Amino acid sequence: MLEIKNLHASINGKEILKGLSLTVRPGEIHAIMGPNGAGKSTLSSVLTGNPVFDVTHGEITFYGKNLLELTPEHRANEGIFLSFQYPVEIPGVSMVNFMRTAINEQRKYRKLPPISSTDFLRLMREKKELVEMDNKLTNRSVNEGFSGGEKKKNEIFQMAMLEPRLAILDETDSGLDIDALRIVANGVNRLKNPENAAIVITHYQRLLDYIIPDFVHVLYDGRIVKSGTKELAFELEEKGYDWIKREVEEE
Amino acid sequence: MEQQYIDLYKQFHENIKSNSAPVINALRDESFELFETLGFPTSDLENYKYTDLNASLSIDYGLNINRIHFPVDPYQVFKCDVPGIHSFLFFVVNDAFFPVNEPRNKDLPEGVIVGSLKEIAETQPDLLKNYYGKLSSKQRDGLVAFNGTFAQDGFFMYVPKNVVLEHPVQLVNIMRSDVDFMANSHNLIILDEGAKMQLLVCDHTVDNVRFFANRVTEVFVGENAVYEHYKLENTHTRMTNLTTLLIQQKDSSTVLTNLITLHNGFTRNTVEIDLDGEHCETELCGMVIGDKNQQVDNFTTILHNQPNCHSSELFKYVLDDVSKGGFTGKLRVAKDAQKTSAFQTNRNILLNKTAKMRTRPQLEIYADDVKCSHGATIGQLDESAKFYMQQRGISETEARLLLMFAFTSDIIDNIRIPALQDRIKIMVENRLRGEISKCEGCMICQ
Repeated sequence: MLEIKNLHASINGKEILKGLSLTVRPGEIHAIMGPNGAGKSTLSSVLTGNPVFDVTHGEITFYGKNLLELTPEHRANEGIFLSFQYPVEIPGVSMVNFMRTAINEQRKYRKLPPISSTDFLRLMREKKELVEMDNKLTNRSVNEGFSGGEKKKNEIFQMAMLEPRLAILDETDSGLDIDALRIVANGVNRLKNPENAAIVITHYQRLLDYIIPDFVHVLYDGRIVKSGTKELAFELEEKGYDWIKREVEEE
Repeated sequence: MEQQYIDLYKQFHENIKSNSAPVINALRDESFELFETLGFPTSDLENYKYTDLNASLSIDYGLNINRIHFPVDPYQVFKCDVPGIHSFLFFVVNDAFFPVNEPRNKDLPEGVIVGSLKEIAETQPDLLKNYYGKLSSKQRDGLVAFNGTFAQDGFFMYVPKNVVLEHPVQLVNIMRSDVDFMANSHNLIILDEGAKMQLLVCDHTVDNVRFFANRVTEVFVGENAVYEHYKLENTHTRMTNLTTLLIQQKDSSTVLTNLITLHNGFTRNTVEIDLDGEHCETELCGMVIGDKNQQVDNFTTILHNQPNCHSSELFKYVLDDVSKGGFTGKLRVAKDAQKTSAFQTNRNILLNKTAKMRTRPQLEIYADDVKCSHGATIGQLDESAKFYMQQRGISETEARLLLMFAFTSDIIDNIRIPALQDRIKIMVENRLRGEISKCEGCMICQ
């Protein structure tokens, strides 16, 4: 479904991604690990079309479509979802209004009529239960005054509402205690099916105890320098990233 | 520019007086002398730094000093009905109170006196004489002096002790003329001890000529009284709308003032709130949505004269195209006004590089045991919030709209008349969508 070939991307003239390639097929979970500053979050920004990054070279296709030509909202409506590392607070925009607008924009894209109020409320209730989200949070403004854990739950809740084909989880585990981590991972696992895929970006192996990846990739200095199965994650946890850095430098 | 009006007064002061009432005339010559000294305010004056009246005053306006009746059916031209508001409804057409046979007005509680300032000044002068001009004559302001010179009528309302109005009072100012026209009117509102009322003032323009309105409103809020003042401006772009709102609060009174400019030409709102009692609460807020070459200057003053009062002020502007906004938040805490708490915020969004906003807090604090804060920001829409919404499939246009609407939401939340709040929500949304960059039902601005 997703094909990234020789991707180069920069911010303010500084190159961050330096020839990254990755293929994701339906039903797969890919973990992307790597030291700080390797370009993990840049990858998620570039995939979702964040305008602060410039793609200087390479290509990305999603189900055959050239993703780089699409606006962020177009990509989202094609089924790409990003669980933000730092979810944005939007004072004055209620969760309900935000979610209803998002659902209806997606339906408009698919040439469907707007969702009825009863269906919308039913959907909200169902998905809130999935991530054990407090009822009162959806009555507030988007992420405003949410704790770190609540923000991450809210990301997974939105993912459940929008049912993406490709979910990118950017450091979803950071700042979560063990209970919140379990709830978030459980939500992700229950949404998983053979038709959709996930890219899990993480610094630590911890999350991968809950969300079992099919592939683990190590991102270092803007490229994927090593790929393997979930055992690679254990190796990284045990030995750190230094041996990878050495391997790359010896090449 | 002053001279033609000075000559006009010298020539016609007898006519002006004979078409008004003695209580109102009592201050007229004094006002005229002050106007002769001050003239119209220019932007060289500190208080008028953000208001340049030159263009507006270069027009040759007609005045109606002989009180010729303007044929108009206010119900016909008044399109801004608020469904479900059930207000007591009154009209001022140009500068004169315009009596209508509004059936709802019969339900006003006993003892409430309401109607034409001129008529009530004639029939019940004792009611007015302790109040009329008491606040306005203290102002050293050219526009207020000009108003005192020419205003002959306006809206009057008296709410007796402990009388609570269950429904809002709606005062609709309609500008109606076939030639360029000027109106000066004076409103006087008195709330006795423990009285409670909400006033909604709507400004409308009917004809496609240039209008100049200069209105002064004095409000006296008695002990424990509760007063809410909403001003909703939805006029065409050829209107110069100058208002001075002077409010005096006595012990333990509560006031909310909310000034909303959705569409206008050139607007200056001068607001002065005198906290002349202890334990007063006052909230002063407003919003402006401006585009094209619209201009709005809100010049506000809150005077903490007594201890233990609380004031909070919040103004928000969304400006596009070459529109201009101005905001001044003057706050004076007198030496003995201890335990004052006063908070002031002004936030502005400029949607492009050509829109302009000028803002200044002016705090003068002479007491030492106070809590005061102020803040002013000018910025753009939050790009990270916009991207977050786009990532959820929301189009850029819709995301911008949601953010602008959210930005104004705390002002809209501060409308405590539910029917009006619902109506303004829709009007603001329509306005922001750009679907209607003019007043509803009006065909003048294209």
